[in-house]
Amino acid sequence: MKTKSINAGNSLWREGMQRFLHNRLAVSGLVFLLFMITLCIAAPLLTSYSYESQKLSSGATSPGASHLMGTDVLGRDLFTRVLYGGRVSFSVGLCATLVSVVIGVCWGSVAGWCGGKVDSVMMRIVDIAYAFPFTIFVIILMVFFQRSLLLLFMAIGAVEWLTMARIVRSQVMALRHQEFIDAAIGLGLSHPKIILRHILPNITGPVIVYATLTIPAIMLLEAFLSFLGLGVQPPASSWGILIREGTEAMEEYPWLLLFPGAILSLTLFSLNFIGDGLRDALDPKSSRE
Amino acid sequence: MIRFIARRIFLETIPALLVIATITFFLIRLAPGGPFSTEKSISVEVLNQLNSHYGLDKPLLTQYFLYLSKMLTIDFGPSFKYPGRTVTELIAESFPVSLELGLYALIIALVLGILSGMIAASKPSSIRDYLTMSVSMTGICIPSFVLGPLLVLIFSLKLGLFNVSGWNTASDRILPALSLGMVYVAYISRLTRGSLLETMVQDYIRTARAKGLSEKIIIFRHALRGAILPVLSFLGPAAAGLITGSFVIETIFSIPGLGRFFVTAAFNRDYTMIMGTVVFYALIMIFFNTIVDILIAFLNPRLRSTLK
Amino acid sequence: MKKLGLLILLPVICFIQCGSKSTPVENGIKKGILHYGNQTEPQDLDPHIVTGVPEFHIIQSLLEGLVIPDPVNLQPLPGAASSWEASEDNLNWTFHLQSNGRWSNGDPVKASDFLFSFKRILSPALAAEYAYMLYCIENAEDYHKAKIDDFSKVGVKAPDDSTLIIKLGKPTPYFLSLIMHHSWFPVHPPTILKHGNIDTRGTKWTRAENFVGNGQFTLATWQINRIITVRKNEQYWDAANVSLKEINFYPIDNNLTEERAFRTGQLHITSGLPSQKIDWYKTNKPDELRIDPYLGTYYYLINVTRKPLDNKKLRKALSLAINRDELTEHVTKGGQIPAGCFTPYNTAGYSFDTVLRFDPAEAKRLLAEAGFNDKNPVPTFSLLYNTLESHHTIAQAIQQMWKEHLGIEVTLINQEWKVYLASTNSKDYDIARMGWISDYNDPNSFLDLWVTGSGNNRTGWSNLTYDSLIDAASRASDQSIRYGHFKEAESVLMDELPIIPIYFYTNVYLLHPSVKGWHPNILNIHNYKFISLE
Repeated sequence: MKTKSINAGNSLWREGMQRFLHNRLAVSGLVFLLFMITLCIAAPLLTSYSYESQKLSSGATSPGASHLMGTDVLGRDLFTRVLYGGRVSFSVGLCATLVSVVIGVCWGSVAGWCGGKVDSVMMRIVDIAYAFPFTIFVIILMVFFQRSLLLLFMAIGAVEWLTMARIVRSQVMALRHQEFIDAAIGLGLSHPKIILRHILPNITGPVIVYATLTIPAIMLLEAFLSFLGLGVQPPASSWGILIREGTEAMEEYPWLLLFPGAILSLTLFSLNFIGDGLRDALDPKSSRE
Repeated sequence: MIRFIARRIFLETIPALLVIATITFFLIRLAPGGPFSTEKSISVEVLNQLNSHYGLDKPLLTQYFLYLSKMLTIDFGPSFKYPGRTVTELIAESFPVSLELGLYALIIALVLGILSGMIAASKPSSIRDYLTMSVSMTGICIPSFVLGPLLVLIFSLKLGLFNVSGWNTASDRILPALSLGMVYVAYISRLTRGSLLETMVQDYIRTARAKGLSEKIIIFRHALRGAILPVLSFLGPAAAGLITGSFVIETIFSIPGLGRFFVTAAFNRDYTMIMGTVVFYALIMIFFNTIVDILIAFLNPRLRSTLK
Repeated sequence: MKKLGLLILLPVICFIQCGSKSTPVENGIKKGILHYGNQTEPQDLDPHIVTGVPEFHIIQSLLEGLVIPDPVNLQPLPGAASSWEASEDNLNWTFHLQSNGRWSNGDPVKASDFLFSFKRILSPALAAEYAYMLYCIENAEDYHKAKIDDFSKVGVKAPDDSTLIIKLGKPTPYFLSLIMHHSWFPVHPPTILKHGNIDTRGTKWTRAENFVGNGQFTLATWQINRIITVRKNEQYWDAANVSLKEINFYPIDNNLTEERAFRTGQLHITSGLPSQKIDWYKTNKPDELRIDPYLGTYYYLINVTRKPLDNKKLRKALSLAINRDELTEHVTKGGQIPAGCFTPYNTAGYSFDTVLRFDPAEAKRLLAEAGFNDKNPVPTFSLLYNTLESHHTIAQAIQQMWKEHLGIEVTLINQEWKVYLASTNSKDYDIARMGWISDYNDPNSFLDLWVTGSGNNRTGWSNLTYDSLIDAASRASDQSIRYGHFKEAESVLMDELPIIPIYFYTNVYLLHPSVKGWHPNILNIHNYKFISLE
C-alpha cells in the first residue's frame, strides 16, 4: 500500500503557487531571472566576439554600434563578457547552493531524526564550525588547492551548509513526533525510507526558500573572492570580476561598472524577491492580510 | 545563571577553541609557500636562522604542543611578518577600531532595518511594502566593495562632505559604517517585517486595538517586543561577522582595524597571526552568541529556565 | 515617522564638515609638514632587519649612513662621514666622521657605533636578509656564516672615535653606492642593548618611545596601520639645512584610495598610481604626474631544464615574437621602456646595445630552424605569474602574440604570491614572470644574478664563460675594463636568453607641485634634507 503523503501536500502546493503568482515583485523577479539565464545560455548565438580576445590599441570604448555595452581596458567586448560571466556566476551560485543543500539536508535530517547523543554531537560540530572564520578558511583552501572552479564551489558550499543544516534539523525534529511518522514506523518501514519518502518531501518548502536565498549570498561571496584575486581566474570572466574591474575604473569608464553592476543587482534582487515570495506562499503562517 | 555561564565556558567554548586551533594549525602548515619566501632569494643560513628563531625547525607535533601551552597564557607569539610586534599586541591595538566600526554599523543596521521592517509591515503587499523592502535590500544586492567606493564618489569626491579615507574625525565613521551596515539592513528588515506580521495578528494585539490604543503605541510598545526576538538571535553571528569581516571596508577606507589582518595574515603565511586571529574570532563569536542567548532568555519568559 | 527621520538626520548633519577648511596639503605647506603616502605598514623600523622600500622611506629619515646620495646624480655626498679616502688598491677605505655628529639623545656619533652596527647585521642569530650587502668587507661573509666567531678578524676598525677604516676583500668599484643602502646604517648601541642583546631579533627598541637615531628626524608616533610621524631632529649635525619640520607617513594599501586621498588634498606624494588614471593625469594635471625611470627590469624566467625550452633557438624565437612597444604603449601605459637587453640603459654609465627587437618573420624562421613545424609542433607549456592584474594583462597579451606569430599555445597559470615564489624557487614552472629592482647603482647588480649557483638564478642556466666574465669584472678596478667584461657577459646572456627581458621599470606616482627639491633618480632615493614645501 503506497502512502499518499505527497497528495496531502498537493493542495498546499497549488495554494502556494497561487499566492506566489499574486506577488508582483516575486513574479517580476522570476521573469527577469529566466530572461537572464536564457540570455547567458544563448550567449554564443547572441555575440560573435570572444570573451577573451583583446584589442589593445582601442582600449576601453563607450557603448556604441559595434559594442552594445562598450569595451573594457583590453578592448574586450563587455556584452560578451557579461553573458559568459553570467554563465560562470550562475553555475557557481547553483552548484555551491546544491552542495550546501545536499550536505545540509543530510546532516540536518540525520541529526534531527536520531536526536539524543547523535544530534548533540552533530550540532556541536555545527556550532564549532560557525565559530570558524570563513575568510581565512577559504583563502587557505583556494591557495592550497590551486584554484579550480570545482573547488571554489565546494569551498563556498562547505560554508553555507551550516544554516541549512540547522533549519532542516528543526523541521525534521518537529515532523518526527507527528502521528503519521509514528504510523510509518509502526508499519515497519525502514528509517532511511521514512526519511526519504515522508520527511524530505515535507521539508522541501523551507529548503527551497532557503536555497533560493542562498544563491545571491553565494554570488556575492564569489564577488568578494574576486576582489581578493582568489575567485574565478582570468581570462574567464564572472560578474564578480567584472564588477571589481568596473569599480576600479568607475570614474574613467563608468559603463564598465554600470552594466555588470546593474545586471548583478537586478539578478540578486530577483532571487531575493523570489525567495521571499516562495516563503510567503508556502509557509501558511506568514503574510496574513 | 552562573552555572549557565560556567557550562558555556567549560563545556562549549574551550573544546570549540581547541578544535578550531588544531584544525587551523595543521591546515596552514599544509599550504604551499612559507612565511619567509621573498622575491630576492635568502641564503640558506639566514633561512635556517629564521626557522630556528621562530621554532619552525622542530618536529610538527612538538610545535603544536608548545603552541597550545603558550596559548593558555594568551601568548600567541611574535608575528612573522612584523618581527617587533606580538600577535596579542597587534590584535589588541586593532580590535577596538573594528569594534567601534562594527558597533556603528550595527546601530545603523538596527535603526534602518527595524524602521523599514515596521514601515513595510504596517501595510503588507502595498506599494509601501514593496518599495521599502526593495530599498532595504540594497545591501545584499550591491557588494560592499562597490557600495563603499560609490558612496565615496558621491559624498566625498563630488559633494565634498566627508574625507575619502582615514579614521580620525567623527565624520570619518559615517561612510564606512554605512557601507558595512547596509548588508544587515536587509536581513533585519526582513526579519522584523516577518515577525511583526506574525505578532500583529495575535490576540493580545487585537485586545490592545479594541482598547482603543493608537497604532503607533501598539507597534512600539507591544508588537515590537515580541517581534524583536528573531532579530536578536540573528544579531549574534551578525555582530561577530561585522566586527571581524570588515576587511573590504577597512581596505577601501584605510581603517586600521582587525579585519585586514585576517586576510593579509593568510596571504603572508604569518602562521602566528593566523592562529591568533582565528582563535580570537572564535572567542568573539561564542561570546556574542552567549550574550544574545542570555538576552533572549530574559526577554522570553518561557526560555528563562534554560538559564538555570 | 517624519519626526523620527529628522531625529536621525540631525546628528548626521552635525558630523558633516561644513564650510571650507584648508586641506592637510595646504596646511602642510604652511607648516612644513610633508604628507607621504607610503603604501603599506612597515614590517619594522630596524634597518638591519627590513627589506622593503616603504620601510626604507621611513628609515632614511631616522638614520643616516656614512654617505648620502646626491638627489640628482646619486653621487656620494657627506652623511655621517664628512670625508673619506681610499688606498691605492681601493681596498682600504678610511672615513672621517662628522665632528658634530649626534644621536637624537645627545650622544656623539662614534666610529665604534658603526663597528657595533656592522657586527650586528653580520651576526648569524639576527638572521638579517640583507647581510650579504656587507660581504665585500674582508671576512664578513665567514663571520656571518659562522665560520669564524671572532669579529675582530672582520675588516672594520675604529682606531679612534672619529675614524672608521673598512678593509674590503676585493676591489668593489660600486662601494660608495653600496654603502648608501640601509643595511649599512648605524644603530645606537646603548638603545639596542637596553632592549636585548646585539643580535636579538624583534625587540622593542624601534618603538617611538625608545628609538634613538642619528638622522634628520626623530620618531614621534607610530600607530599601526594608521600613521607614523617623524619630527625634525635638532641634534642632527646639519639641522640648519633641513627645512621640513615633520613628515607623516600613511600606510594606505589600496592604490585607488591613495589616489583619491591625493586628489582631495590629503597627501603630497603617493606611492603609485592605478594605470587607468594615467591618461587623465597626463591630460589634465601633468604637473602632478611623475613618470621616473626606475632601476629595474621586468622579465620572463625560462626554466631551461625543461623541454622544449632547452632549445636556444626556440627561446630566441619567443623573444622575437614579442612586440614590446605595443605592450608598453597600450598595456602598461606607464612610460616603461621596452627592454633591448637585460641591464637598463645608462646604469652608472653602462649601456648595452638594443639587441632584442620585434621581428615575427625572423622568429618564424628560427622556429623552423629549431625543428618545429606542422608535423612537429611546439608542445604546450605554461606561463606562471603571481596574482596581480597588471601581470595578468601582460601575460595575456604575450600569450596572444605567441599564438598569432608562432602558432604556439601557452597556458596561463597564476598563483598567489607565496605559492608562486615557492614554485619558482623549486623550478616548478616552464616560464615565469619576474622583476628585479636594483639595490645599488651598478650593472653588477643585474648581471651577477645569472652566475651558476646564484640564489636568484632560478632558471637552471649555467654558463662557465659567463661566470668567468663576471668574475673577471669583479676583479677589475678600471671602469672601462670592467664594463668591457660586462658587455661580453651580457652578449652571452642575450645570445642564450635563459630569460626574456620585457621592459625597464618606471616609477609612476603623483607629486604635489609644492614639493621642491624632489628630483627623479633611478634608485628613487629622495633624501629629505633636500626637500622643502613651498
